[in-house]
Amino acid sequence: MTAHSNYRELFDAAAQRPAARDFLPKLKIAAIEQFEAVGFPTTRDEDWHFTSVSPIAERIFRPVRSTATALTAEDIARFTYGRNDWHLLVFVNGRYEPALSSFAELDVDAQVMTFGEALKEAPELLAERLGTLAPSAHAFTALNTAFMADGVVIRVPKGVVLETPVHIVYVTDSHANGASLHPRTLVIAERGAQLTLVETFATIGGGAYFTNHVAEVVVGENARVDHYKVQREGGDAFHVGTIQATQDRNSIYHAFSFAVGAQLSRTNVYSKLLGEGCEVRLNGLYALEEAQHADHQTFVEHIAPSCSSREVYKGILDGTSHGVFNGKVYVHPEAQKTDGKQTNKALLLSEGARVDSKPQLEIFADDVKCTHGATVGQLDDMALFYMKSRGIGADRSRALLTYAFAAEVLELIELEPLKVALEALLFARFIPPDTV
Amino acid sequence: MLKIDNLIANVGDKQILKGISLSVGAGEVHAIMGPNGSGKSTLAQVIAGHPGYEVTGGSVTFENQDLLEMDAEIRAQAGIFLAFQYPVEIPGVSNAYFLRAAYNELRKARGEEEVDPMEFLDVMTEKLKIVEMTEDMLQRSVNAGFSGGEKKRNEILQMAVLDPKLAILDETDSGLDIDALRIVAEGVNKLKRPDNATIVVTHYQRLLNYIVPDYVHVLAQGRIVRSGGKELALELEERGYDWLLETAGATA
Repeated sequence: MTAHSNYRELFDAAAQRPAARDFLPKLKIAAIEQFEAVGFPTTRDEDWHFTSVSPIAERIFRPVRSTATALTAEDIARFTYGRNDWHLLVFVNGRYEPALSSFAELDVDAQVMTFGEALKEAPELLAERLGTLAPSAHAFTALNTAFMADGVVIRVPKGVVLETPVHIVYVTDSHANGASLHPRTLVIAERGAQLTLVETFATIGGGAYFTNHVAEVVVGENARVDHYKVQREGGDAFHVGTIQATQDRNSIYHAFSFAVGAQLSRTNVYSKLLGEGCEVRLNGLYALEEAQHADHQTFVEHIAPSCSSREVYKGILDGTSHGVFNGKVYVHPEAQKTDGKQTNKALLLSEGARVDSKPQLEIFADDVKCTHGATVGQLDDMALFYMKSRGIGADRSRALLTYAFAAEVLELIELEPLKVALEALLFARFIPPDTV
Repeated sequence: MLKIDNLIANVGDKQILKGISLSVGAGEVHAIMGPNGSGKSTLAQVIAGHPGYEVTGGSVTFENQDLLEMDAEIRAQAGIFLAFQYPVEIPGVSNAYFLRAAYNELRKARGEEEVDPMEFLDVMTEKLKIVEMTEDMLQRSVNAGFSGGEKKRNEILQMAVLDPKLAILDETDSGLDIDALRIVAEGVNKLKRPDNATIVVTHYQRLLNYIVPDYVHVLAQGRIVRSGGKELALELEERGYDWLLETAGATA
C-alpha cells in the first residue's frame, strides 16, 4: 500500500455531512482524486529537488481527535504580540475556539467568518471562490482541500478599509501529536479595499504533528492586502504552507514570511499579477538550528504589463540545518515594463549548515528590468573588527551582527507591533543574556 | 604612551608597512599624512588590532604593555580607540544599546560597576552635546542609513563615551562638508586632555587647520619619510607629496 492511499482511506472514513452544501463535497472528492493521481512529490520533481518530504509521506497523520482544550487566554497571549485590540481568531488543533478568540465588533462593513459561519452566511461566496486560486494540481494543496475542516473567510467589500488587523492563531497542544491539520484561509479584498492579515502558527507541546495550510488571497483592483505569516511550529512538527494570491489592476500585495519552527517546513508564496500596475513584495526571514530544514519557494507571475515585484529573503543557519530558497519570476510576453528585483542572502553560522539557493528568471517580454542576487556567507570581518574595536568581546560581537543581519529584513515589516515582537524574539535568541 | 619600533606588517604576501618607528606621548597630537596607498590606514588598523594584517617584525607597546599580544577588544579596553574611515552599519541594534554595551565592557575591564540604561542616558546627554547631536540619535540603528557626516559624528560620539587614552582618527575628514568637519574637529578638541593622545590620519591638510598637530609624519611606501612640526603639513599642502616620494625613492 502506498503512503498516499492511506489518505484515501482516511477520507472515505470521514463521512461527508449531508447538511453541507453540494459544492464542498464535490470539491473535496475532486481533490482527493487529484491527490491520489499526483501523490507526494519526490526530489525528482524540479520544485522539490532539495527537499525530501518522505518524513511526511512515510507517516500516517490522522485527523486530530476533537477534544476540549485546556489552553487558556494566557497561553494564547504568548503569540499575540502584546496586542489585544486586533481581531483575534484562535484555532486549537484545527478547531475554532470562540472562548479564546476576541473578536472585536467590526466597525466597518466587512465579513470575517469561520468556515462554519461562511457556509451559513455566504455559501455562494465559498462556492464561487474556494479552490479557484490554489489548484489541486499541487499535492499538498489537494490534501488540504480534501481534508480542510475549518478555516477563515475574510471579505472586505468595495472601498472599505479594515483598519484593525485580523490575526489568526493556529496553535496545537498535546492532542495534536501524530495528527495532521489542514487549515484554510480565503481572503477577498474587493476593489479599493484594504486589510492586514497576520497568521501565526505555534504550539504548546504539540509534538510531531503536521500542519498543511493553504491561503487564497484575491486582491481586487486598487486594493491592498498586507499578509504576514509567522511560523513558530514545534521542533518535532512538520509544516507545509501555500499562499496563492491573485492581483487585479493597480493592486498592492505585501507578504512577509517568518519561519523559525518545525523540523521540516516548506513555505510557498505565489502571486499572479493579472492586471496592469500592480505591486507585489514578497519578503521573508528564516532562522534554523540543529537539524531543521526549511524550504521557501516564491513565484511571481507577471501576466500584465507595468507591474513591479520586490523580494528580499534572508536565512540564518546554524547546526546542521538546511535552507532552500527558490525564487521564480515568470514574465509573460505581454508583461512589458515589468520591474522585478529579487535578493536572497544566507548567513551560515556553522560548518555543518547548508543552503541551496535557486533564483529562476524566465522572461518572455523584451522591455523589462529584472535583477536577482544571491549571497551565502559568514559574518563580515570588518564589521566584527568594528565591534571588537569598541571593546565588545568576540562572541557578543558575533551575536550582535547575527541579530543585525536578521533585523535588516524585519525593517521591511510595516506592522509596527509585529516588527517589534519579532525583533525581540530574535534578540532573545541571538544575544546571550548577561548583565549588559 | 605608544611606542612603535620598526613595525613591519603584511596583507597576504604583500608587505605594507616596511619598518615604522613612532613615539606618541601623553598630551600630544600626531598627524600621519601621505598619499593613497602609503600605508596610513594600515598603520591605524594594525594599532587597533585588525586581524587581516600580519605583523612580521618590530614591536608596539602601549603603556609598557605588548600591544601586539592583545586582541582588538582588549586593546579597546586598555584605552585605544579607532575612528573608522568607513563606519560599519549595524541595522536593528540601537546606538544606545551598542554604546552602553561597549561602555560597560570598558567599565568591567577597569573593575567598575556597570551602568543601567537610565544612568547611561545621563552620561549620553552630556556627550551628545560634544558632537551637536540630539537624543533621537540614540534610538536609531548604529550607522544604518546615516549620512557620511552623521557616521563620522557618531564615531566621535563613541570616542566621547569611551574616553580613550589614545584615539586614532582614520581619514575622519573624508567625505565631510565644512560644517560637519568643524563639528567633528571641535569634538576632538574638546576631548583633548594632558593625559590622552590623538593620532590623526589624513590625506589633506584641511583637517589640521582645526585639529592642530604637535608633530606631522609623512608616510610613503610603508615608511615614514619625513617628520616635523605642524608647518610640515602646510608645506605638503603647497608642494604636494611628489618631492618627498622622490627622496624616499632615492633612499630606498
